[in-house]
Amino acid sequence: MEDEIRVLAPQGLLGYGFPVKSFQEALRRNPHVIAVDGGSTDPGPYYLGAGVSFTDQLAVKRDLEFMLEAALDKGIPLIIGTAGGAGGKPHLDWNVDIVKEIAKERDYSFLMAVISAEINKDVIFKKLTDGKIRTFETRKELKAEDVSRSTRIVAQMGVEPFLKALDAGAQVIVAGRAYDPACQAAVPLKHGFDCGLVMHMCKILECGAIACVPGTASDCLLGTIRKDHFIVEPTNSDRRCTEVSVAAHTLYEKGNTDFLPGPGGAIDLRQVKFEQMGDRAVKVSGSRFIKDDVYAIKLEGAARVGFRTISIAGARCPKMISQIDSIITGVKERVQENFITVPTTDYQTIFHIYGKNGVMGDLEPEKTIRSHELGIVIEVVAKTQELANAICSVARSVMLHFGYPGRIATAGNLAFLYSPSDLKAGEVYEFSVYHLMEVTDSCEMFPMELIKVRGNLS
Amino acid sequence: MSKRYSITELADVIRSKNAGPFELTFDIIFRDFKTYYEVKEKGVINKALIAKLYRITEDEVLTLATFDPAKAIKATIVRPLSSGGIGETDVYGSQQHAPLLSIEIEL
Repeated sequence: MEDEIRVLAPQGLLGYGFPVKSFQEALRRNPHVIAVDGGSTDPGPYYLGAGVSFTDQLAVKRDLEFMLEAALDKGIPLIIGTAGGAGGKPHLDWNVDIVKEIAKERDYSFLMAVISAEINKDVIFKKLTDGKIRTFETRKELKAEDVSRSTRIVAQMGVEPFLKALDAGAQVIVAGRAYDPACQAAVPLKHGFDCGLVMHMCKILECGAIACVPGTASDCLLGTIRKDHFIVEPTNSDRRCTEVSVAAHTLYEKGNTDFLPGPGGAIDLRQVKFEQMGDRAVKVSGSRFIKDDVYAIKLEGAARVGFRTISIAGARCPKMISQIDSIITGVKERVQENFITVPTTDYQTIFHIYGKNGVMGDLEPEKTIRSHELGIVIEVVAKTQELANAICSVARSVMLHFGYPGRIATAGNLAFLYSPSDLKAGEVYEFSVYHLMEVTDSCEMFPMELIKVRGNLS
Repeated sequence: MSKRYSITELADVIRSKNAGPFELTFDIIFRDFKTYYEVKEKGVINKALIAKLYRITEDEVLTLATFDPAKAIKATIVRPLSSGGIGETDVYGSQQHAPLLSIEIEL
């Protein structure tokens, strides 16, 4: 067994970039693997549903060029999790195509494992019937109808499919939706290091240099795992890890501080110790892994709920601002009257009022408007794009000339930001599935394909 | 002698973020360990306070936890609308912290 394994996380998310100098410094430390996750649910349900990446093709290609070159040069694995942002089939294909394009341009040859994570609905229906789907953070049971209406459903793979790909001899692994730390955990786990330490280290590494001061997802973090501890350190000398910055990162985006659950078990942080090592590195020990009795994977599904058209405008008249609520009610009534034959369930008209509660909506405790101007986004979500366009156009024109008590500016109520004033925003999705699915085999839902990439012949 | 402090005098970081698309999590990271332990000891940042600030029920406050190594208090609530859903206004959930800024603590 190796004394230590060094894992290079070049960044927090594939496509977010990193300084070349940091990357080169990381390579000087001879990492055993380069790994990064490419996704998140943070950008919302659209990307999963629509099958597009929230990261940019050229930005991802730029990052992968550096990583592929380094991995092939050093003869170490390059592992990508959650390809294409959401990790469904189109996302995975998109990312694999970028890898192939680089290989062709630079005449690189290697064995690539492609692991998919999109789940067939029939599998989920069967699991639902068998009682193998658990309620999770939606606090609602999954209904067959939620599965039917979903455009796409993926599952988060754990580390096992990555281990399988390494065992098959793959040097480059591109995987669909994965538990964020899984891609980084595979190599240290293969070498037999403690699962609690490995998973905790990778939970920090998966965000790149966010656990540093100053923190960022667009820079490198190097993780070194040993028998009874691990060390994290940025390779950019302008950043440092401190006990508090690393400990605080443990809170980031998590609902809980004692246990961080993932596929197959949870990281137990109750005994964790953070110790400063010099100015820029932190040593962590005491993290443990508690295995679940039944292995469960998280399902993520998105369903299309309509089409959106928006209009952006401002209001500066104090007389209008003081009556904004009643004006909105009046406009909504007029719009509904105007489309009396259209069922009201076919569309929703929403007024986002910045300067009032545009950011927090119902959670906003401040009820008084103190701003001298308001930003107004008229949003219509309807069954079809045409209907959304029509409703938005009427809502916009009604609001523009709406008569209200004491109106003094009779030429128009709204300052439109653009011509055209109405913008088609296309399909609207929502998260329709966010549940746990029990499996008997951690790899069964994630089929792997091995591809021999042959330089400019591929 | 005790004095009333604004939370912004006691904490370096007060933030909100999605913890998955259906939950919002808040972190308050204190300036120093002494202050953190004093506030923790007082127990004034609790589920009832979070519920009051966000005008939600205590049941909707899912977690209220302290984490000594980070000198931090974390609270997690149910998201009123799932991230990116129709009518939702903060996809990443990163601007929902403001009500916490009004917390005052006597130390």
